Amino acid sequence: MKIAVCIKQVPDTANVKLDPETHTLKREGVESIINPFDLFALEAALRLREQVGGEIVAISMGPPQAEAVLKEAIGYGVDECLLLSDRAFAGADTWATTAALASGIAGLGEVDLVVCGKQAVDGDTAQVGPGIARRLGLPHVAFVKGFREVDGGRLVVERQMDDGFDVVALPLPGLITVVREVGEPRPPSLKGKMRAKKYEVPTKGAAELGLTPEQVGLAGSFTQVVKVFAPTVSGDRQRLEGPPEETGAQVIDALVDNQVIMLGG
Amino acid sequence: MDYFFTEEQEMIRDLCRQIAEERIKPARAELDEKEQFPSEIMKALAQADLFQIIIPEQYGGLGGGCLENCIAVEELSRACCGVSTSYAASFLGAYPILLYGSEEQKEKYLPLIGSGEQYCAFALTESAAGSDASAIATEAAKDGDSYVLNGSKQWITNGGEAGVYTVVAITDRSKGPRGATAFIVEQGDEGFSVGKKETKLGIRASATAELIFNNCRIPADRVLGREGLGFVVAMRTFDKSRPGVGAQAVGVAQGALDEAGAFARTRKQFGKPIITFQAVAHMLADMATEIEAARALVYATARYIDSGAKDFSKVSAMAKVFPSDVAMRATTNAVQVLGGHGYMRDYPVEKMMRDAKILQIYEGTNQIQRNVIGQELNKEYGRKK
Repeated sequence: MKIAVCIKQVPDTANVKLDPETHTLKREGVESIINPFDLFALEAALRLREQVGGEIVAISMGPPQAEAVLKEAIGYGVDECLLLSDRAFAGADTWATTAALASGIAGLGEVDLVVCGKQAVDGDTAQVGPGIARRLGLPHVAFVKGFREVDGGRLVVERQMDDGFDVVALPLPGLITVVREVGEPRPPSLKGKMRAKKYEVPTKGAAELGLTPEQVGLAGSFTQVVKVFAPTVSGDRQRLEGPPEETGAQVIDALVDNQVIMLGG
Repeated sequence: MDYFFTEEQEMIRDLCRQIAEERIKPARAELDEKEQFPSEIMKALAQADLFQIIIPEQYGGLGGGCLENCIAVEELSRACCGVSTSYAASFLGAYPILLYGSEEQKEKYLPLIGSGEQYCAFALTESAAGSDASAIATEAAKDGDSYVLNGSKQWITNGGEAGVYTVVAITDRSKGPRGATAFIVEQGDEGFSVGKKETKLGIRASATAELIFNNCRIPADRVLGREGLGFVVAMRTFDKSRPGVGAQAVGVAQGALDEAGAFARTRKQFGKPIITFQAVAHMLADMATEIEAARALVYATARYIDSGAKDFSKVSAMAKVFPSDVAMRATTNAVQVLGGHGYMRDYPVEKMMRDAKILQIYEGTNQIQRNVIGQELNKEYGRKK
């Protein structure tokens, strides 16, 4: 099975700040990491490869320094990497990002499965995975939490839902986005890290992907971030006092009355 | 302090530190409480290629030496000595194969051990043969093209978890110490079973069990080296592995100092952090000084062994005895610095103190180590006469 894993380099969210002028994330001086959800995507791909064999290619769109997260992916055990990097990609929204990633994946040859994290912790849109599937004409299942069956032609997965999970059969080639429950990411390996040191990450720009400048980056984007702000907490507040067994019951009553939660039958 | 590690050695240290922080620290209290073998962590160590460290490259390993092993063991021990004991015991079991195995034996077992597919264990100790290893009673009788083992081994680390065991048994009692032979026994061999799992003071995440050989029949090609080499195999194995126990000690002691230092900075009494009181600061200062000295001794010994030195029993014993005594003191004093908090299981230092004690006992008690050092000194000064 040939698996492509999409990886995004994101600022370490523990230390992220907003630029008050541009409303974008301040990336200078902040350590960059693999998007945590993409580590679950990597783990899912590694487990599938252990089960059925094959090859994993990690792919990322980003500035030249995003090479670092792809090398890290080599350390985790992926076979090859591809970095999509071009000045023209700057300012891309999810639509323009999927244009680049879909072209990059299409250029990898016969890919059986694309695996993405459910969302990136910086943008939090959860649109890129499904967007790639749409562009490549692939069926997709989002929020995959586990695998039931894997064979050449299809993948049976568990899709996490608010009230349980669905079991979904996905014909291959296809795309999945995964959630944390898919499996705790393994540590990188020594042999992988040694290989990563020497590995040269292949890079492709817009032209090599067959994309025009109008299709990518800010020019190829439908949306633009106008304002980013921290929400202020509003609404009614109520303070409950008394012994916990009483206030606890009152909290439940209030949540049910306001339809925040529903009591099951 | 900078010990001028190679890039590869730094990689081993950083990776072990990462696994220790992410996997071992969050799990250690529960593993200790439940006396549970750390199966998930051992799997992660295997996935990270850490069982490959001392396996030669031609068998799929990384070809590292004693120093690389010490670096890994120290970092893992900083978080949990029970986990590091399970890990290091696999190498203890593998050393006899590395040192004395035939080409066929190495090809068969080293890749399995390196991949972590099978853990390894070393079995010498018996109920009546501890420090006096020559008193072992387990016998192996040759019968055609096989050996038949009878007897039992006691307190074997990884017993019941390992797939491959190196076992020392008597093949010819009339030959005294030259009558022992080392064998490879596999889990599943006819007549081999695992007895009682022990309950322990410390290193409770590690499995310690009895091994029982009841007409255990194994093929004759399982002999390590040749008949009669059993004690030589054991002693050369310990010479190689003892700095690893020293590295465990450095790790445990460092872990305890880390806890004590952080606590002393934040704990206030009489309106001031207790680290500002000389009585506490001096305890920390002694811990830090002794730990650095122990670490330097372990690394220097490991480098000496890796340089191809032939005769290193003395320094190897030194690299076990001093760090383990340091670890016992440092962990006890860490409990003292934390005071009542340190005595509670809410903090990790009481566990570290319980764990440290074994380091003065296993792989040759510290008294036996001092015998080794003393005997070597006797030889040296005899020569200089």
